[in-house]
Amino acid sequence: MTTEQNIDQILIPILEQVSDPEIPVLSIMDMGVVRTAVIENNIVKVEITPTYSGCPAMDVIGDDIKAALKVAGYDSEIELILAPAWTTDWITPRGRKALEDYGIAAPLNAEADKDVLLNDKRIVKCTNCGSQNTRLVSQFGSTACKAQFQCDDCQEPFDYFKCLK
Amino acid sequence: MKQNLYNYILGIADNSLILGQRLGELTGHGPSLETDIACTNISLDLFGQVRSYFQYAAKIAGDDRTEDDIAMLRKEREYVNVLLVEQPNTNFAYTMARQFLFDVYHLLFLQELEKSKDLTLSAIATKSIKEVSYHERFSGDWIKRLGDGTEESKTKMQDAIDGLWTYTDELFHQTEADKAMVAEGIGVDVTKLKETYYKKVNEILEEATLEIPESKWFQKGGKEGVHTEHLGYLLAELQYMQRAYPNMEW
Repeated sequence: MTTEQNIDQILIPILEQVSDPEIPVLSIMDMGVVRTAVIENNIVKVEITPTYSGCPAMDVIGDDIKAALKVAGYDSEIELILAPAWTTDWITPRGRKALEDYGIAAPLNAEADKDVLLNDKRIVKCTNCGSQNTRLVSQFGSTACKAQFQCDDCQEPFDYFKCLK
Repeated sequence: MKQNLYNYILGIADNSLILGQRLGELTGHGPSLETDIACTNISLDLFGQVRSYFQYAAKIAGDDRTEDDIAMLRKEREYVNVLLVEQPNTNFAYTMARQFLFDVYHLLFLQELEKSKDLTLSAIATKSIKEVSYHERFSGDWIKRLGDGTEESKTKMQDAIDGLWTYTDELFHQTEADKAMVAEGIGVDVTKLKETYYKKVNEILEEATLEIPESKWFQKGGKEGVHTEHLGYLLAELQYMQRAYPNMEW
């Protein structure tokens, strides 16, 4: 079991075109869900791992990868793997920035995340005005991976991507 | 086919399937938008976990059975979930009490299953622990909020805890498949979780200023396929699409 990715250089630009259907600004590469993509006997073998078990986006992501590879001239086989389990640490810095720009606060580290979700600490930055005067509205947001927040300065409601370790 | 392993997986997965279906009933009917979304999110997590279990079970079965067949086409007596999870959404206090009484068990169970010699089960457990930790926080918070809330919310939460308490002991009942899998280092010895479970539950109940039920009379049967009348109605809804339009996929 390894936490390393194994992706052929030549495939990276193709896979970067595929985005998470729920968060269109975020490519699946920046999301860290692609663990393996290698060419074997002219077929691309791809392994993807779900963010959350019930993530309904996984089937669509699998189909989108297939379609993108087809356009580039490759047939592919997609496999869903569970181990090692996905963590928010696999979101790249570029991915975190894309999230913020889209209006979703990027995950804090595990300790800070606990403080925010359990101890009402005000440290999540509002994606609209940058204030940290924000509070948790609900532990579950518009998708399983997010919690709902509101800024008490500009009143903007926004999503916070929960830390998953 | 490894019959014991197959039955063992069903024993784990059916709890999540039936509880997921119960929570799904709240879609559009939750007491507030946030709780509605939270319950259905938890339901989605549980269904996701169920799919992993049933896909594995279908592989073990080795015939033309699919994950959908296993989930949708068994008869009532062939479901082996605990009675707790099939209890209805009587009111929001019941929904949260049922969730809490299951979540505490679920998390303890998964933390042990993670150590299983079976690598697939261990991987599903590792993945699920991350999700179920959130579930437990959410339901535990509601126990405290309603228990230590208004007079009315406290009465309702106490009723819910008292009403569901009788189903908690079954969580620690071992089936034949359980025993066989424990012996092989694959399964979790649930009898060993009991003490920690009641300790954790009681701590939260105390914090919520609720009474810990004294009743020592416990109901069981679900794990052997003998259910309360509520399961039949739930299955009628769960199975409708698959019976009316056979071979539909999730």
